[in-house]
Amino acid sequence: MIVAALRKDFLLQWRTRAQVAAIFVFGATALLLFSFAIGPNAEALRQHAAGFLWLALLLSSTLTLAESFQSEMEQHALEGLLLLPADARALYYGKALSNWAQLALLGVALVPIMVVLYDAGSMNVAALVGIILLGSAGLSAPGTLYAAMTSQARSKQTLLPLLLFPLVVPVLLSAVKATSLLILGDPMDQVRSWSLLLVCFDLIHWSLCGLLFGRVVED
Amino acid sequence: MDATPSVEGWGLCRRYGRRWALVDVSLSVPPASVVMVAGRNGSGKSTLLRVLSTAIRADRGTARVAGHDIRTATQEVRRRIALLSHHSHLYEALSALENLQVVARFLRRNPRRDALLPLLEEVGLADRADDAVTTFSAGMRKRLSLARTLLQEAAVVFLDEPYGQLDPPGFRLVDRLLDRLRRRGTTVLMATHLLERGSALCDLGIVLEEGRLRWSGPARDLPSHGGLDAAALPVAD
Repeated sequence: MIVAALRKDFLLQWRTRAQVAAIFVFGATALLLFSFAIGPNAEALRQHAAGFLWLALLLSSTLTLAESFQSEMEQHALEGLLLLPADARALYYGKALSNWAQLALLGVALVPIMVVLYDAGSMNVAALVGIILLGSAGLSAPGTLYAAMTSQARSKQTLLPLLLFPLVVPVLLSAVKATSLLILGDPMDQVRSWSLLLVCFDLIHWSLCGLLFGRVVED
Repeated sequence: MDATPSVEGWGLCRRYGRRWALVDVSLSVPPASVVMVAGRNGSGKSTLLRVLSTAIRADRGTARVAGHDIRTATQEVRRRIALLSHHSHLYEALSALENLQVVARFLRRNPRRDALLPLLEEVGLADRADDAVTTFSAGMRKRLSLARTLLQEAAVVFLDEPYGQLDPPGFRLVDRLLDRLRRRGTTVLMATHLLERGSALCDLGIVLEEGRLRWSGPARDLPSHGGLDAAALPVAD
């Protein structure tokens, strides 16, 4: 059933790909504006590159996550699937996986912009992609749950970041630290430890949120 | 034939905020019968169908649908019911065919185009199979929702205003659908304002007023004895 949910979510994402492009432009614009705040100091730019990359991804993620439930709520399509009955956990993992894929792609797409704007050229690209995969997984799992919770609230645009940001602080700190080590150098080989910490956060979020989703979406 | 009622409710209550939409409703529906649920706007028709179909929970009371308790065996109930709701349950960004394919995959049915096109043909949407639902009129969406309901092949079907937004050929389509469900032995609960049409097509009728069950009996008696002024309600052409 997860496969059916995943197919449905990827199809919906493909059909609304114009919004995905708009969210990418939003992330790129955020990176550009953050670079203006630092000014033309190459060293300072390099030092802040990781933090600003993840901040841009975090801000973009609220748009991606909120958007992912828009189509489910327009005509109560999610209710229709639950009544089939589709397993709530399958629906959650389908949505969370598709959000993960979208956020990871967005993160990878923002890397070249970060490299150009923040002079962060020399790094292990494969390791950076790995960190982006782990970090975006840590954002998408709780983000999907909270997006479902707030999708019918009147002030969802405010509520989602309010609920999500405090919860993902540990994920964000680990991802920023690991990315920063990749950009600035890692003589003590600490990336591995931060990556392991990200894996732990991901496992906790993905298992807990899957269990809670059913309670969130039922009446 | 099994005489166990398909739908049995005891003291069903449901409130929205401080207002009670359903108050102490008890009912019993024999298997393979078609029941008309009548009442004015806000009388609790949709709430009753949504509670029985497990779309929302009852605040008090319970019911058995297709032999399963709606509170304790929700998933078992859902495997046996289909709900045509006020909400179309459709994905606007997907085409008519894709919407049915999504449902077919969850139901583990054949999602291939040739398996689903006959269903779209039946509801008059075969030539619009690949168009996005967002381009559909309200009546076309209702037709697609009907196709979605048919696809489920449920033992108990809840139809909330199935004639709403439909044109005269659409009315006849719903009549045919009801006939088909009856011949298949499906139990149907249909909320409608069309008293004359409903009373002619249904076996039984119930009338709700301010959330309470006001009358129940043979559907043919509903216009004259149901306590509803037929002249004040819209009548099918």
